[in-house]
Amino acid sequence: MRRELHAEWTKLRTVAAPGWLLLAVVALTAAASAGVAATVTCPPAGCAYDVPKLGLVGVQLGQAVVAILAVLVIGGEYGTGMIRTTLTAMPRRAAVLAAKAAVLTGATLAAGTAAVLASMLAGRLILPGNGFVPAPGQALLSLGDGPTLRAAAGSVLYLALVALLGLGVATAVRESAVAIGVVLGLLYLFPIVIGMFADEGWRHLLYAIGPSTAGLTVQVTTGLRELPIGPWTGLGVLAAWAAGALLCGGLMLRARDA
Amino acid sequence: MTVTAPYRSALPAGRDGITRTLRAEWTKFRTVRGWMITTVAAALVTMLLGLLFAVGSRTSCSVGPVEVACPAVPLGPGGEAVQDRFFFANQTLTGDGSITARVTSMTGVITYPPPDHDKLVSGLVPWAKAGIMIKASAAPGSSYAAVTLTGRHGVRMQDDFTHDTAGRPGGVTAAAPRWLRLTRSGGTLTGYESPDGTRWTEIGTARPAALPATVRAGLFVTSPSDMTVKANTMGGSIVQARFTQASAVFDRVEVRGRASGAWRGDDVGDDGGKTDWERYHRPSGLLQAGGTLTVTGSGDIAPSRDGVRVESTLTGVVLGLILVIVVAVMFVTAEYRRGLIRTTLLAEPRRGRVLAAKAAVAGAVAFVTGLTAGAVAVPLSVAVLRAGGNHVLPVSPLTEVRVVAGVAALFAATAVLAVALGALYRRSVAAVTTGIVLLVVPYVIATASVLPDAASEWLTRLSPAAGFAILQSIPEYAHVTGHYTPSDGYYPLAPWAGMAVLCLYAALALGLAVTRLRRRDA
Repeated sequence: MRRELHAEWTKLRTVAAPGWLLLAVVALTAAASAGVAATVTCPPAGCAYDVPKLGLVGVQLGQAVVAILAVLVIGGEYGTGMIRTTLTAMPRRAAVLAAKAAVLTGATLAAGTAAVLASMLAGRLILPGNGFVPAPGQALLSLGDGPTLRAAAGSVLYLALVALLGLGVATAVRESAVAIGVVLGLLYLFPIVIGMFADEGWRHLLYAIGPSTAGLTVQVTTGLRELPIGPWTGLGVLAAWAAGALLCGGLMLRARDA
Repeated sequence: MTVTAPYRSALPAGRDGITRTLRAEWTKFRTVRGWMITTVAAALVTMLLGLLFAVGSRTSCSVGPVEVACPAVPLGPGGEAVQDRFFFANQTLTGDGSITARVTSMTGVITYPPPDHDKLVSGLVPWAKAGIMIKASAAPGSSYAAVTLTGRHGVRMQDDFTHDTAGRPGGVTAAAPRWLRLTRSGGTLTGYESPDGTRWTEIGTARPAALPATVRAGLFVTSPSDMTVKANTMGGSIVQARFTQASAVFDRVEVRGRASGAWRGDDVGDDGGKTDWERYHRPSGLLQAGGTLTVTGSGDIAPSRDGVRVESTLTGVVLGLILVIVVAVMFVTAEYRRGLIRTTLLAEPRRGRVLAAKAAVAGAVAFVTGLTAGAVAVPLSVAVLRAGGNHVLPVSPLTEVRVVAGVAALFAATAVLAVALGALYRRSVAAVTTGIVLLVVPYVIATASVLPDAASEWLTRLSPAAGFAILQSIPEYAHVTGHYTPSDGYYPLAPWAGMAVLCLYAALALGLAVTRLRRRDA
């Protein structure tokens, strides 16, 4: 397994695209969070915004870049034919996929942490100027606050799980363009489809099984009781999606010709 | 010395023209089975999601435990659904004439407003109305023109629900009463106002669609619900409405012309439902004391926005667009991956023309796909929705055509944008993601997340997602209180302006792609 890990790490490190994409995760997440923070105002009478969720809204854009990175990690190899060399050199296919997953998770966790911290910092600097007042006894968007810490740490894990979902789908589909379409479709369409249904039962069901809707529940700090799923359970749903995709991809990688 | 003539092909020279390039590109597109299947799938998902939504929506009305037919929603003279509920103290007026009245007081009550929802507060909502009106009949939805004092928007002249003209701002007190006058001359009604009953200023004129010879002229009062909006944690927003009521005191009322003389009261649009406030404190109605008439009412006279909008059957368009993006991007990137681009550019060295042909073919295919999807999804889903008892807000046939053509235009512009992105990046993943991030992500974030309204509006103004405005079927009215945000289906740009933003992005990307293709090695 060490050999596989080393090989995958070398591939990720020596190609230009992953480095740029990881930078883009940080930059886009922070920029989107800052942009939203700059457009919101809180009137003196008070407002009902969920501040940690608002401060981390950039994750919804950053996840798209994470998905590209994840799809490219294996889809790029299929595109160039490199996959044949890889599988010749390392015939244990499950180990190759596991190594890819491990390297990808590590890289995403690092970039995700930077992105989330940058978003929180942006929110902390911008939001007070727009009328947001911290609750007495604590700073705005402070990591010392339990739910805020959960939202921040959960967002980093969320990005890592999105990466694993992308890797699994791309391994199963092999064609990068289709894989990215499927992943982004899964991530972005559930909220739209939920909006179509007036029936509360359907809405709750779709919310609880959608990878992005359930997963992003980890960012919610107010009104959790109105949601059909808890923050960590929600992240668990996304984890189940990622595990399912990886399992499918792994089995197909073993069974199929490269 | 032997001289050999150079070889000359006996084949006739191939004809050269844009049609050849177009045909070549169409052949490439047509013969890849996966692309054709995905294109058909794009149309199918658009239709199926619409139908799924229509089949899954049911509305029923009941009185107690008994299910009854839902009451018909009145339609205005323009065919739009309207709210038409107010108290009307009126006389019949035949032929030309006028009505003049002085308003000396306008007061109201708002039941249980925030923050604590535990008090009755006296006050007026911004669009509470008290004034004079000439209306075709007391039936809800009939043609009218009115000059009215409002809670916070001064004097207005309104007619046929959708038209609104501003007069002088300000409210009314006993010390500073407001005089209102409405005159009828044939089909034209003119509104005036005055601070003292001698110096009159014209506010505007109106030509209501259908005024018979004999009309009702009189005093009216109404007061729409007090509204607050709360963000829904699952996305979107929850609108809370509270009952309000307004009362106005009129005197020096004068109806000129062939009028009936006696006042009668009509609770226009009354559905029989009464709030506790109306039951135990103050019912709607008319109180007459000498020359003073006090009118109390509740409701609204405005286009209605309660109901299913036609474009809500088109949620599947977003999914269809993702498929269109994938196919259109691969239409270009597959050539780079397989090396076919070198053959293509050898056969047609005018590179701009190659890309233009690709964009045209992808755009045309997407247009036809979108048109088919829209033309099936909209009428079919609307029919299913209506059969399920849902109130679908009626729109004119022209608007419906625009919505259907809008789906086609969205598909086509997206395909052109995706072709350009594919040529710019040459890599499918980056191009597909950019396409989705530019078009789908802003739409999703603006309409289905908890983004603040201001941010949602900027997103749907500046990003290519502005193009979704072309699907908006119900316009926004400045004179109707409502929550107008992209998540409610109201876009900040007009339909065609929004579409123009998307087309601008597509044109810019295509221009950039042509320049890059010309300069770079293939």
